[in-house]
Amino acid sequence: MRSFTMTKTVIKNLLAGPATLMYPKRKRTFTPITRGRVDNDINKCIFCGLCGRRCPTYAILVTKESKEWQIDRLKCCACDLCVEICPVKSLSMENQYAPPATDRTAGVYKLKKADEGGAETDKS
Amino acid sequence: MAHKNVIPFGPQHPVLPEPIHFDLVTEDERIVDAIPSISYVHRGLERLIEKRDFIDFVHVADRICGLCSFMHAMGYSQAVEEIMGIEVPERALYLRTIWAELSRIHSHIFWLGVAADAFGFESLFMQSLRLREVVLDIFEATTGARVILGVCKVGGVRRDIDAATLKGIVDRLASLKKDLEELSPVFIDDYSIRHRLVGVGYISQQDAYTLGCVGPMARASGLAMDMRTLGYAAYKYLDVEPMVETTGDCYARCLVRIREMFHSMDLIRQAVGKIPEGPVDLKVKGAPNGEYFSRVEQPRGEVIHYAKGNGSRFLQRFRVRVPTFSNIPAMIKVLKGSEVADVPNIILTLDPCISCTER
Repeated sequence: MRSFTMTKTVIKNLLAGPATLMYPKRKRTFTPITRGRVDNDINKCIFCGLCGRRCPTYAILVTKESKEWQIDRLKCCACDLCVEICPVKSLSMENQYAPPATDRTAGVYKLKKADEGGAETDKS
Repeated sequence: MAHKNVIPFGPQHPVLPEPIHFDLVTEDERIVDAIPSISYVHRGLERLIEKRDFIDFVHVADRICGLCSFMHAMGYSQAVEEIMGIEVPERALYLRTIWAELSRIHSHIFWLGVAADAFGFESLFMQSLRLREVVLDIFEATTGARVILGVCKVGGVRRDIDAATLKGIVDRLASLKKDLEELSPVFIDDYSIRHRLVGVGYISQQDAYTLGCVGPMARASGLAMDMRTLGYAAYKYLDVEPMVETTGDCYARCLVRIREMFHSMDLIRQAVGKIPEGPVDLKVKGAPNGEYFSRVEQPRGEVIHYAKGNGSRFLQRFRVRVPTFSNIPAMIKVLKGSEVADVPNIILTLDPCISCTER
């Protein structure tokens, strides 16, 4: 048996400060490929509905007639499949996570394409 | 003779991160019988398979467990690939091996931490979790997620790792190895840890064999059982050596895991040295028709994925036999005759993963 096996670690920790981030002051940096949340560039979207059919959790709802695209971020498992299948590359995977929500409907994120090409966001 | 008492242990207990319940029948401080009950968080995967496309189901298999998420996805993919006769590209096999071994390292470091917490050595728990962070960072940089990786798919993997990053992984593991070499003597030599682990929870080689032990539990009793020697994925190209101890107590199980961590780092180094260039996935056509048992070595032992398809997009039957489940009979055997104060230790050295067991 040896004594003082952890002395080196103790001294290192005393000098190096905490191993954790002081969170609200220092924001965590994500890697470029971190799968955070799905976003849609609605002006590029052609409302083909492939993403909705590919989604393993049925989180995406696409309505072609009213030009609406909707995702339930609480259902989404951030698998990246919709981004891979999108034919016009209007979907993208952001590396920031979706904001926390307090009720079931708060994760629903809706985008509607206006006729003259400008996008309007409706967060219901 | 003292009269018998029943002490309920769990489903909520400070040493258990997940719900499992034991009725411990005691005489004084000695346990004479233990009755386990599981199924507090059953999720019904076997029914779900009938309603999900077999390619999408990889994402469900990924979510069976947090610590060995990648190995479940790999086991499932292997089963489906074998049924459909898909030849997975070599590079994908190597990448799968690298991620699987990284999972083993982070699971074992996590286990060391939780075990330290169970015998009341909290600062060691913090140290272990700090070191585990290195592996989680590698996961995030290479797959995009820290815990549920989601990179395995039927026919290969979804992401490639470039040569520079692979070299970076080896370098980071080399520095992690140095840190672990400082930490592991504490587990091996420390007086209080030896006092809590040596001679506790002994199971003989014969009992371990007849009760169907798998993984570190079997290897600590002297059974050289390691499914990696079967040569799935890229293990057939690497020098896999089962880590065997013969004493069969909690201390031996701890030693097996420590040695396995270092062995995994060595395997990753070998795999990075041998990885060939090429594509990482194949386009999958058709649907599985047939059945297959796929065996994968998880951090906790051998996991069996059984899949049966009937030629449609939906599999007919899917079953997972997880290592914790087959270790429970041995755990009951070990618990009989031990002291009440040793129960948390014994249960933890088995490394129970209840979310796996309740698939």
